[in-house]
Amino acid sequence: MATSAPAALRKTALNAVHRRSGAKMVDFGGWDMPVEYSGLIAEHMAVRTGVGLFDVSHMGDIQLRGPESLAAVQQFSMNDASKLQVGQAQYSAMLYPNGTFVDDVIVHKLSDNDYLIVINAGTREKDYQWIRTQAQKFHCHVSDYSDYYTQLAIQGPRAAETLAKLTNVDLSTVKNYWFTYGTVCGLPNTLIARTGYTGEDGFEIYVPSDEATSERVWNEVLEAGKEFGIIPCGLGARNTLRLESAMALYGHEISETINVFEAGLGRYAKLEKGPFTGSEALEKINAEGGPQRKLVGLEMIERGIARDGYPVLDASGVKIGEVTSGSPSPFLKKNIALAYVPVELAQMDGEVAVEIRGNAVKARIVPTPFYRRPKKQA
Amino acid sequence: MAYPEKYKYTKEHEWIEVAGNIGTVGITDYAQNSLGDIVFVEAPKVGDKVTKGASFGSVESVKAVSELFSPVTGTVTEVNAELHDSPEDLNTEPHTAWIIKVELSDASELDALLSAADYEAFIAEETGH
Repeated sequence: MATSAPAALRKTALNAVHRRSGAKMVDFGGWDMPVEYSGLIAEHMAVRTGVGLFDVSHMGDIQLRGPESLAAVQQFSMNDASKLQVGQAQYSAMLYPNGTFVDDVIVHKLSDNDYLIVINAGTREKDYQWIRTQAQKFHCHVSDYSDYYTQLAIQGPRAAETLAKLTNVDLSTVKNYWFTYGTVCGLPNTLIARTGYTGEDGFEIYVPSDEATSERVWNEVLEAGKEFGIIPCGLGARNTLRLESAMALYGHEISETINVFEAGLGRYAKLEKGPFTGSEALEKINAEGGPQRKLVGLEMIERGIARDGYPVLDASGVKIGEVTSGSPSPFLKKNIALAYVPVELAQMDGEVAVEIRGNAVKARIVPTPFYRRPKKQA
Repeated sequence: MAYPEKYKYTKEHEWIEVAGNIGTVGITDYAQNSLGDIVFVEAPKVGDKVTKGASFGSVESVKAVSELFSPVTGTVTEVNAELHDSPEDLNTEPHTAWIIKVELSDASELDALLSAADYEAFIAEETGH
């Protein structure tokens, strides 16, 4: 039988740097990416207690420009982009007409007729085509700038102090989920966003994607963060950090078979802003009494680690749902998971079991996020 | 890390050291390195039977779970209780932190296992280096 050769993995501009640093590399949605450098737990803890650096250049960057770019964004994005001020970013999602997920996105308002949509790596081509199709009837221009940028995430309680050494921007003026432009590592007009996917304070910066520039900025950030214990971090730590913070991951908590209300993201779906793709389905789900199943947090009571795809069982051993993400929590030192269960069984502190290699292992339904960063003192 | 010559190895990345009729079993440096930070070891109990090539437990790292396959057939005589509280020993000293000791029921099974040199060659082939 003929089989097609696997497609070549895509590489970020920092690929050679990762390999030279001895990072373990994996195929992540078609990208050759570092899963860990020094060790997942050490990297995770660096981000929770100091600062860590991630290469997130595999993320996609789609720009919409033109007099009707807001109208186009409003069509495919469930959140209300009209509420955005210039320099502000917004978590949202793109939905299919039935209310399930094309992808989650972050919408940045660059100027009145100019929006930047940051999308996931594994869904980049699908998302780009989706945005183009959705924007077709509006007077705006859609461009894929993904390959023009190396995107670095500097995350952790010491992220601001680290980045402050490399920029002329007063970072205290950039609030959470806002962005600005400034000189970073000598590069003018660099986009600096106070966003991230770790549950910590942090920044995502966008620099030109040529290898020399990318490597120079990478090294300068590592040098600047040295006194705060900065280390390069891989996708392994990125996943455990976002899981502790109960942030959704496409293909796990959100997908084309899961709707917004099930995923617990209804608060980002602004039905009052007027029709958008998927809004009719969401209104219907609401009218019919809401979702049937719900995403909950689980904490293992007995020893055992729930993994993605493991069945969730009720007290009598009947399968009621499935784990979407599960892992030991390096910071909380507990085994945690996210899972879908029927709404009527989703009571807080309710006891369920996770089937781990044939054994029913007890777990408790707990509030999410599992971890919330301490409020900053004034 | 060099693979001790006094051990025999499996293609599933376990090692065994035999003294008399007792085999001491652990996982290789390659195995611990592939798994990453190990957080949990699920081992059999003393008196349990293990079978060559069959699963006798599992090792879990933060990111993955990996089955343990017995290099030999026999009865478990001892379990390394220290791994309960410090499973990370498997990361830091893979070739001394053992998991179980087994009383062999058929010493001839050892003949089919890999020598250190064979194992290193096998790893090199697996990783393409």
